[in-house]
This record gives sequence, C-alpha cells and structure tokens, in this order.
Amino acid sequence: MSTKNRGRTLKFHIFRYNPQVEGDRPRMQAFEVEEIPQMTIFIALNQIREKLDRSLQFDFVCRAGICGSCAMIINGRPNLACRTLTSTFKKPQITLMPLPAFELIGDLSVDTGKFNRALSERIGTWVHIGKAQPKDLSRLEETMEPDLADEIYELDRCIECGCCISACGTKRMRSDFLGAMGFMKIARFELDPRDKRTDAEWYEVIGNDEGVFGCMSLMGCEDFCPKDLPHQTKIAYLRRKMIGTALAKK
Amino acid sequence: MKIVYADSLVIGGGLAGLRAAIATRQRGFDTIVLSLIPAKRSHSSAAQGGMQASLAAAIKGEGDNEDVHFADTVRGSDWGCDQTVARMFVNTAPKAARELAMWGVPWSRVKKGPRQAVINAERVTIVEKDDAHGYITGRDFGGTKKWRTCYTADGTGHTMLYAMDNKTIECGIPVHERKEALALIHDGHTCYGAVVRDLITGELIAYLAKATTIATGGYGRLYAITTNAVVSDGIGCALALETGVAPLGNMEAVQFHPTAIVPAGILTTEGCRGDGGLLKDVDGYRFMPDYEPEKKELASRDVVSRRMTEHMRKGKGVPSPYGPHLWLDITLLGKEHIDKNLREVKEICQYFLGIDPVKDYIPVRPTQHYSMGGVRTQLNGESPALRGLFAVGEASCWDMHGFNRLGGNSVAETVVAGMIVGEYIADYCESAALDIPTSVARSFVDRENARINELIGSRAGGNDIYDLKNAMQEIMMDKVGIFRNGPDLQKAVEQLKVLLVRSRNISMRNKTRSSNPELVEAIRVPKMIKLALCVAYGALQRTESRGAHSREDHPERNDRDWLNRTLAYWKNEKDELPALEYEPLDVMRMEIPPGSRGYGAAKIIPHPDSEKRTQEIEEITKSLPGANRFQIQKALMPYEVPEKYKGKNERVGVGHE
Repeated sequence: MSTKNRGRTLKFHIFRYNPQVEGDRPRMQAFEVEEIPQMTIFIALNQIREKLDRSLQFDFVCRAGICGSCAMIINGRPNLACRTLTSTFKKPQITLMPLPAFELIGDLSVDTGKFNRALSERIGTWVHIGKAQPKDLSRLEETMEPDLADEIYELDRCIECGCCISACGTKRMRSDFLGAMGFMKIARFELDPRDKRTDAEWYEVIGNDEGVFGCMSLMGCEDFCPKDLPHQTKIAYLRRKMIGTALAKK
Repeated sequence: MKIVYADSLVIGGGLAGLRAAIATRQRGFDTIVLSLIPAKRSHSSAAQGGMQASLAAAIKGEGDNEDVHFADTVRGSDWGCDQTVARMFVNTAPKAARELAMWGVPWSRVKKGPRQAVINAERVTIVEKDDAHGYITGRDFGGTKKWRTCYTADGTGHTMLYAMDNKTIECGIPVHERKEALALIHDGHTCYGAVVRDLITGELIAYLAKATTIATGGYGRLYAITTNAVVSDGIGCALALETGVAPLGNMEAVQFHPTAIVPAGILTTEGCRGDGGLLKDVDGYRFMPDYEPEKKELASRDVVSRRMTEHMRKGKGVPSPYGPHLWLDITLLGKEHIDKNLREVKEICQYFLGIDPVKDYIPVRPTQHYSMGGVRTQLNGESPALRGLFAVGEASCWDMHGFNRLGGNSVAETVVAGMIVGEYIADYCESAALDIPTSVARSFVDRENARINELIGSRAGGNDIYDLKNAMQEIMMDKVGIFRNGPDLQKAVEQLKVLLVRSRNISMRNKTRSSNPELVEAIRVPKMIKLALCVAYGALQRTESRGAHSREDHPERNDRDWLNRTLAYWKNEKDELPALEYEPLDVMRMEIPPGSRGYGAAKIIPHPDSEKRTQEIEEITKSLPGANRFQIQKALMPYEVPEKYKGKNERVGVGHE
C-alpha cells in the first residue's frame, strides 16, 4: 500500500456556478485538502463538502467506476472522478470542471440523464423484434452462438458517462451530432440478431452528417473512454456499412 | 400546490422498480417512476456476478430445477424466509432470465465440448452437452447445489439494468429524475402517493396515485463501510416507517459480503470464488476447508464472512494501515479467464489498489452488503397495513431471503418481484378509484414545507448533520456488525437514541432552498437514524443466531422461541424507539421444516412442530404414489402466481418435466 504521498497538501481548483441562485456567476474556487493514502477524488470532494463548503454540487453513485455518474474534466481530461486516485498527479494541483456539452445543473453536476434518454429515444436503444411475437416465457429461449453473445456484451459495456461526448470535436461544433455513445449503441444493436432492423433503416438514422458521416475522426472518444470501448473500429465499420447501403440504394 | 397524477407511482428506478413500472404500463396504466438519479445509474448496475435461475443447460447445472433452487434458498435463509414466496420466486426466475434474453441481455451461453475450469483448486476439464449449445449458461455461487447463476462476465447487473431501462424507454414510461420522496401521503388506511422534492429547484410536488410502490433498494449506508452505492440509504423504508402504521420486517437481518476490497469497501463478486478463487491468510494458507470441509469458500455468505472474521481474530489476518484483512487469490484462474469473465474485478483492482489480480492477491474483508429487511409486504407485495402501498426488491421484506440471502438471488428477486408484484399492482389499479381528498395531500405538503422552513431558518448552536451521520455509521460498524452481543447492542441503542434526539435540533450552514446537499442530508439522516434504531433494537431483542444475525451470547438458532419475523413500527413521531412485534412462521405449513443447513455448523433448539411436520410430509408423499414432483409440491404447500407466469419451465433434454 503506497504511503509515499502521505502529508501532501492538495490544492483543488473547482468550477463553481449555481444557476438556481440569482446573481451567481461562474468562477473558480480553490480548496486545500490533506492527502491520505489511496485518496480518490470522490473522497476529496466529499471532504471538501463536509468540512469546507456545504453547497458544493457533484454526482457520485456507485463510487466504483461502474455507474458512470461522476465523469468530469480532471486537469483538462474527461474521466471518472471516483476511480481517479489523487496520487496519480505528480503536482498537488487538481483542477475540476464539469463536463462540457451537457446542461449544467450546478458546479460539477451536469444533466447526463436528460441527454441519454433523448439519445435512447432518438435511435431506439432497445431490441426491435419487428413482426415477431414475444415468446412464451416457459419455453426454451432462443439459442445464440456463445462467441456472439460475448461480442455483444463487449459493446454493451458503455456506462453512458459522457466522456466520449465531451471529448468529441465534432459534437462541440455540431450539437445535433450523434456522438460515439450513439454509434456504439447502434453497433451493439446492429450486431444483435434479436434486433430485426435492416441496414436501410439504420441508414435513415445515421447515414448523414449528424450521423457517421459527420465524424471528423479526431477520436477523442477512443482516447478517453473509461471502459476502453472500440469506438474507432466501430465508427469505421458503421461508415463502411452505410456507404455500402447508400450505394445499394442508387 | 403542484400536483402530478398517475395510476401507478413507482419510487426508485433500479431493476425492481423499472420492472414493476413496465408491468403496470403494459396493462395500460399511467405509470411514473421517480428517481434520485438517472435510472441506468441505479445500484442494480453494481451487481456483478449474476442472477440465479434454474435453467439447467450447463452440464454442472444438470438436474437442476425449481425444487433444488427452492431448497437452496430456504437453507440459505436459515429457515427465516416465507417459503410460499420462495416458491413463487423459483417458479418465475427462469421466466425472468428468458424475458431478459428477449429484451437484449447478452447472457453468456453454453459452448459445446470440453473446456477448462477450476474446481476446489484443481484444474479440471468440463464437457458441455451438444444439445445445450447456445442456451444460457450458469456459474457456481455460494450455498447452491448446482451451477445456476446466469451471467454476463461480471457486469450482469449492468446488462440487466440497461435492458430493463431500455424496455422502460420503449414503453414510454416517464422517469422523473432528481426527485426525492419526502413522505407518503396517506390517511392511516390507504396510501395516495408521496410528497416529492425536486433536488434541483427545491420545489415540493404532490404525486398522487392509486398505487405507490417503494423500490428504493437497501439501507447499507447506515454503515460507515459498505459495498453499497451512496444512494442506498434506506429512505424508502423510512417513508413507510414514518407513516406510523406500515411495519418494516426483519430489519436486523443485514448481510456482510466476504470479499470487498480494503480500504474502499468496493465489491469483488462472489463469482471470483464461484469460478475457483480461494481465500488465504497472512501465511498464504487456504483456511476455509478447515472450517467448512463441505462447501469451503462456497458456503453461504453469512458463514464465510463469520469464518473469515474468526480467522482474523486468531491473528491470521494481514496487517494494514486500515486494520487486518485476508487475501482473495484468483491468480490460479489465469489471465484469459480473468480478462473475459472477471474484468470489472480486474479494473477495480487496477484503479483502486494498483494491483493486477492475474498476478497479485486481492486484499479483502467482510463488508456490509445487503439488507434482507425492508418494507414488510404480503404475498402480493402490498403492505399489510396500508392499502395501495407496495414494495419490491431490496427495499421490501417480501421475504424470500429470511436471515441470509444467497448470492445471485438478489438481482433475480428484483426482476421476479417486479414481474409478480407488478401484476398485483396492476390488479389493484384496476379495482381502485383515484379518489383522493386534496386536503390530505395539502396537509402532508404543508408539513414537509414547514420542516424545510425550520431547517432553512435554523439558528447556530444546534447539531451538525454530518456529525450525526458519521456517529451513526460508526456505531453501526462497531456494535451492530457481523458478530453481535447484548451489551454492545444495548450501548448502540442508547447512543442512537441520543443521536435521534439531537437530530431534532439541527443547525445548517447552507440555507439555500434550491439544490442544497446539506439540506438533503438534514432531511435524510434523521430518517436513517430511525432505521438504525430498528436494526440495532431488533438485533438486541433477538436473542438467538440465525443466518446473518449472529449473537455471540446466543450462538444457537432457537426455532422454539424465535422462528418468527420481526415487525418494527414507529407509532409516534416523538418516539425514541420502534415498537417491535413478532409474526410467527408456521412450521405446519412449511414445505421444508427447519433442519440443518449442511454448512456453518450451529446448534439448533428445535421447534416442537418440526418433527410433526416432517412426519406429516412423509405421510402426504406416501399417500400419492406415482405422483410427479409438481403434484407432491402442490399437496405440501400450494401457492399462487399471476396467471401469465403459471406455466411449467422447459429445460434442455427434459422438456417441461
């Protein structure tokens, strides 16, 4: 267990703004915290709130890197705050900003929920069974190739934290751009044989500049995905597929 | 007063709440889900290892069925569960797994032919059947006779919750996020909805509904160190308790998971041991076979946690700045297996401990994990005292877990209870009129508003809410933990009473009425202290050891005097202790009368009816020569589930037998 950083005083520079309070203005505020072994930003922020400022807003739920609530910009890079150890920063200066591209609730808290629900509704992130009838639940389930099930799981690991969205150059210029989170979900359902949507139907959703053809291939999504999802491969795959679909249409 | 109307109001957007909401929506009822957070962030997502369902496709699950799952669940509960509910559950769990398969969960599947596995520290080759290829597979878990736990690597809760929330979105069910219920609206007989605070604007809203369902999860955050998410503070249970009429059941039944990492308290799944991982001590010695020769690392959680604690008390723990711990060794499973099936565990080890579990041992210690207690319900999920109030999942004491829940039975319960109770909620919506005097709603909104005004207007000199919360969590850790005893519990109760009184005089530093984290705590913590008192006082009064409730001064399981369920009431707001009543479990109606669990050797003081019921069961069985297992089961303990879930479950190779 590392104790080499014991005794450091960390200086947090935190974005503050509460839109609910009339007259409040965006600003940066500094807080000092004594570092303890295995301190995460989750632990530090809770200490700051409890001891120094009872109004500080931030979001944590699982605090284990699983639920995706706590993404923020940490020293300039989007990441999950709960699993970021303060000892990973050589300098004891840590700057925290809310994720851009999402509606601000206050301080470090942003409304990913509203964004994610809208995205789900826009691309239909559920299994579309088409004309098939729901199966009798007492009967054996449909079989699936084990390797395919594993492959779908790989793409189903997105935690909707928003890191890819806030790291996306295209998204920052074009607010209606679907973004890597949306592409990953489409890749996931496109791979799933239980979903009966056709390439032509997918084309309607992403065969345009708001979809895969808008991507400038800066790949911030790939660089900052905390779950290491294969964004680059899947965006390239969808693009090839949509070009094929477009050509077939002509 | 802002009012929102619905037929079905569900408080909590985890697996149980969402599944219940889908049930009422599919029956045509206007349904709203309230959630503190986006639904996909609920604590259900943290379930790693899997859900139990007796699908029996994997070779090590061969011969599994409802009966075997039922017996495991009853034994796991240390005979504290409601056996009728356990039957309803095991009947429906396979249907739940199959429904989720239709809704998109990419369950791991059986792959025909030979594969390597680790069983009891030995590498063995398992050969899967050809005709099972592609069906949902299962892994081994604690306290089970068969490999029954369906999974997607160790992200099972995540894939289940995503499939469920996606279905919720498909159904068009609104989820009102960042909303917190402060009180139930009721008249002492019927529940009409809840007073709700918008966590961003601070506005109070009356949500009025025919049926109100509590699905807010467990109360792990009563403890300083827990695997639970920060939202698992038991507030849903407190809402029911504060009605003064609705009882909570078995609040003293609190589970400690054997393998949470030290110091963060984050879970590493039981799948680690199910897949072959071992527990080792300071000398690198595998100690569990000495204590539990039969099930070893895979006895039920309460037993393994106690054995680990016993072993550390003998000085065999590994010293650390955070106290002693033991090692979880999964290195023998190999890199390929860990990368594929235990990758969340690997990530957690990397990020929080800076170690690689492919090469390094994981520091672990038993840590608060699950709440068996909760809002007491009848078989249909409704409170026995308040019409129109339902509870599902961990927030409830429907009571399929009794005094210890088996790993894999929790996410299974959430979905199954959502399915079954969801139908009963819809039945209730069908029969009930939305006939609510707005004056009742008004009085509750006014009351909550007055409380908030009092907090916002508080002067200096009162108590600090964080101090009270920290003190409560420490008391629960120190005195209401894995091993309990009379004097410590007595002290805990006295200290918690003091905290409760102090919580009635709070001084706030931050007096903002809109989003205000301190105000949220000031509203929640007094409720949590009441729950803590229910746990501690219930534990003090229960002078026996059953499942996870382990009294050093009363080590025997006392079926003669304690084969019952604790009911806790908070009759008057000014009370300092809950009123406890006891609901007997009727041995003469049990399908399996109380006996030995087969692990965790404990002395049992038998119930006078146990032998009588055993004989009766023998006679009933003998009187039905040639009867199949369904007919015998029906003769022993008939049970009902909603019509749509009555079908017999089909299995590979054996059909609907």
